[in-house]
Amino acid sequence: MLFSAFSLLSAGLFVALDAVDVAFTEAAVGAGISTILALATLALTGARQEAGTHHKVAPLIVVIITGSVLIYASIDIPPVGDSQAPSHLHVAPRYLNQSMKEVGIPNVVTSVLASYRGYDTLGEVTVIFTAAVAVMILLGGRKGDDAGIKNEPPKDENLADDDGDGGTA
Amino acid sequence: MKHHRVLRIVSKLLIPFIMLFALYVQFHGDFGPGGGFQAGVIMASAFILYGLIFGLENARKVAPPAVVTCLVAAGVLIYAVTGYAGLLKGGNFLDYGVLGATQVAGQHLGILIIEFGVGTTVAASMITIFFLFAGRER
Repeated sequence: MLFSAFSLLSAGLFVALDAVDVAFTEAAVGAGISTILALATLALTGARQEAGTHHKVAPLIVVIITGSVLIYASIDIPPVGDSQAPSHLHVAPRYLNQSMKEVGIPNVVTSVLASYRGYDTLGEVTVIFTAAVAVMILLGGRKGDDAGIKNEPPKDENLADDDGDGGTA
Repeated sequence: MKHHRVLRIVSKLLIPFIMLFALYVQFHGDFGPGGGFQAGVIMASAFILYGLIFGLENARKVAPPAVVTCLVAAGVLIYAVTGYAGLLKGGNFLDYGVLGATQVAGQHLGILIIEFGVGTTVAASMITIFFLFAGRER
């Protein structure tokens, strides 16, 4: 719930930063679908979590180190809206200035996403495809068996437990 | 949710408009905010809403899992084939400029097709994931 509220807030933040496309995605994916999937997962897993046997110090150290590295890196980040920021000087001017001539689409975001960065977007689509396939392998029914998700072999149950958080009730 | 009359009627009214909005976002992505990713998610949310309100069995009848599974792959295929079409026409991979009569027309066509591929894969993936999550019993 907190995450979906956070997603909605960041969608508003993206609108304030004039990144409407990103805000759109954030609202649809972050606040919409993710919430439904999180609730579906909650409905599937049990209410209690088994007592873990792993150490509690090591993750803390990892988190502290990662966090301090990130904070250290954030010192170098140019201020918001800085026109001299490195990311605005490399290929961005060409995209912004030539897009209308080369691609002819008013929305530069789409022309960058689909045309200039076509490879990346193909990769992203493949990632989503892979995610769907992975979920199918982990949770899925058999091929051509439309209603067959209910009577799946119990082996899958164990698989889902191993990487899930807590056993099924 | 058989007894929730308000939910059922309101969602019946809303679902066509959600789908229409998804199509608008899909094919108007060149001119306004949006594109395949957003449109796919919105389209999927229409099906998910239907599944939540009218039950998974009915949703499976509307969107048969076998068809949806094929669509997951079809979207990536549409994208990649568009890329190879550019190769066959003498350009580079994913170079849409050669697809149309002029550079700009080709870019328009290519972007429209690949965005459609993106939308197909995203929508089908989300519906598949929802079906699989919701179809599991405790």
